[in-house]
Amino acid sequence: MTVPGGGDYKDFLMPGMFVMTTAFGFINTATLVVHDSTKGVIDRFRSMPMASSAVVAGRGMTDLLVACAELGILMLTAPAMGWRPDGGWGFLAAFGLLLWLRFALIWLGVWLGLLVPNPEAAGGLFAVAFPLTMISSIFVAPQLMPDWLGWVAAWNPISSTAAPARDLFGTPVGGGDSWVEQHALLMAGVWPLVLTAVFLPLAVRRFQRLSR
Amino acid sequence: MNDYDAGCDDGCAVHAEGLEKRYGEKRALDGFDLTVRTGTVHGLLGPNGAGRTTAVRILSTLVRLDGGRATVAGLDVARSAREVRARIGLTGQYAAVDEVLTGRQSLEMFGRLFHLGGGRARARAAELLEQFDLTGAADKGVGDYSGGMRRRLDLAASMILAPAVLFLDEPTTGLDPRSRGEVWDSVRALVAGGTTVLLTTQYLEEADRLASRITVTDQGRSIADDTPDGLKNLAGGDRIEVVVAERSDIPRVVKVVARVADGEPESDDSELRVHGSVTDRVAALTDVARTLQDEGVRVEDIGLRRPSLDDVFLRLTGHRTEKEETAV
Ligand SMILES: Nc1ncnc2c1ncn2[C@@H]1O[C@H](COP(=O)(O)OP(=O)(O)OP(=O)(O)O)[C@@H](O)[C@H]1O
Ligand SMILES: [Mg+2]
Repeated sequence: MTVPGGGDYKDFLMPGMFVMTTAFGFINTATLVVHDSTKGVIDRFRSMPMASSAVVAGRGMTDLLVACAELGILMLTAPAMGWRPDGGWGFLAAFGLLLWLRFALIWLGVWLGLLVPNPEAAGGLFAVAFPLTMISSIFVAPQLMPDWLGWVAAWNPISSTAAPARDLFGTPVGGGDSWVEQHALLMAGVWPLVLTAVFLPLAVRRFQRLSR
Repeated sequence: MNDYDAGCDDGCAVHAEGLEKRYGEKRALDGFDLTVRTGTVHGLLGPNGAGRTTAVRILSTLVRLDGGRATVAGLDVARSAREVRARIGLTGQYAAVDEVLTGRQSLEMFGRLFHLGGGRARARAAELLEQFDLTGAADKGVGDYSGGMRRRLDLAASMILAPAVLFLDEPTTGLDPRSRGEVWDSVRALVAGGTTVLLTTQYLEEADRLASRITVTDQGRSIADDTPDGLKNLAGGDRIEVVVAERSDIPRVVKVVARVADGEPESDDSELRVHGSVTDRVAALTDVARTLQDEGVRVEDIGLRRPSLDDVFLRLTGHRTEKEETAV
């Protein structure tokens, strides 16, 4: 496997795997939400004297904690495969970027969980999520892809988290020269903000529609 | 039928007038009326798709109504939803308890969600486990609970704050007779403690066992409001049924049944069956069985049948309970 700049593919792949795990987290959220709504748990909460935002906030907190645990396990096993990150602040910053992405995807998950009719359908989200993560810089650097595909992959939000994560873990690889790749750290901050701005209102609206 | 225009004096926990709820073209509720007196169990009886769940969801503030007016515990469900929520409990059609927690953990979690604080949540959980006879299984995972135990845990969860009004949507559907009896006992205990219960069911027998008053619903409307006895009488009360071996015996059996039945017995030649409605069920059964034996009539089967929702329906609407239409 070739890596731009001649780095080690492990150093390229491992942070990518962390991002992919983080990205797939929205399916966990969606599955739990659809489970709660079909089982009547959400109805029970809604019939209780508490703010409906508390129901969603609770879901979000739990999912972030679960994501921490998942990433923690992954990062403890990755060195066994030869991944050698730097410790220190860079490591924590990379971890923070991953959680920031996970935070944004909670709203996508809640929205989808309230949209799909049953838990089986939520499982079917993998079929959508896989191609979306493939067309990114997780496994292959965008500059090694055909032009148009590389462009899409570079603009994939998860690519923008993966690139600075590699740098911050102390295992940098050369990036492409498109604007979005040159400003990866900025976009790692912006993309989750955009996702939140889109899916948080959608999730809230879907939640309110429960009372129609 | 009752007069709903009378409004609601202070003795009523739930009062609904002309509730409307549409889903697209479908009228889930179409002028639904209901009055539940404080401190009673009120049954909401109806076939699939009658609108019972929709009514419960409106009254428990989960969905907005399109028309009409409803108060619960004296508060308007549309304008004072939050205050209503502080006074109600809801147990939905499907048990909403987490399978990975133990029964005790579930109740403690709900207690904390109600802002009880650790100590009080624990104490309340222990109290409820005792009340719903779950102490023995308190520290087992809910995944290992029987259907009846889950239902009781579900009831307990909706009772954490001792709500004034409790809504139970088909609490025993899908339970075996023993679990059903357990749930019934729990409901009776709640009412003895002062809670008002609105319970939906498809079974006349269940409403009869628990409720002091029953509202029958069909196609989003209340079509009758009566005591269980009133409804049973409307349906023709209990019936005695005799199935004979020989068709030639039917006239003789009709005469015997006529002696104990209210009104003329009916007979069905093709099924070799004679049936009539009776008031004193056991006396009638004993009398008919003995007389037929004395007369040497060969009887294939003899028994008492309680009226069902279907019988009530037939009397009220002239048609049997229909399966819900699938088109929406
Ligand atoms: N969210 C919804 N969207 C569309 N139609 C609905 C919705 N909820 C209920 N309905 C329709 O409204 C009617 C009444 O439904 P409801 O669930 O209140 O009946 P029910 O008496 O509780 O019966 P059962 O519990 O046996 O289904 C049904 O025809 C149902 O299909
Ligand atoms: Mg229902």
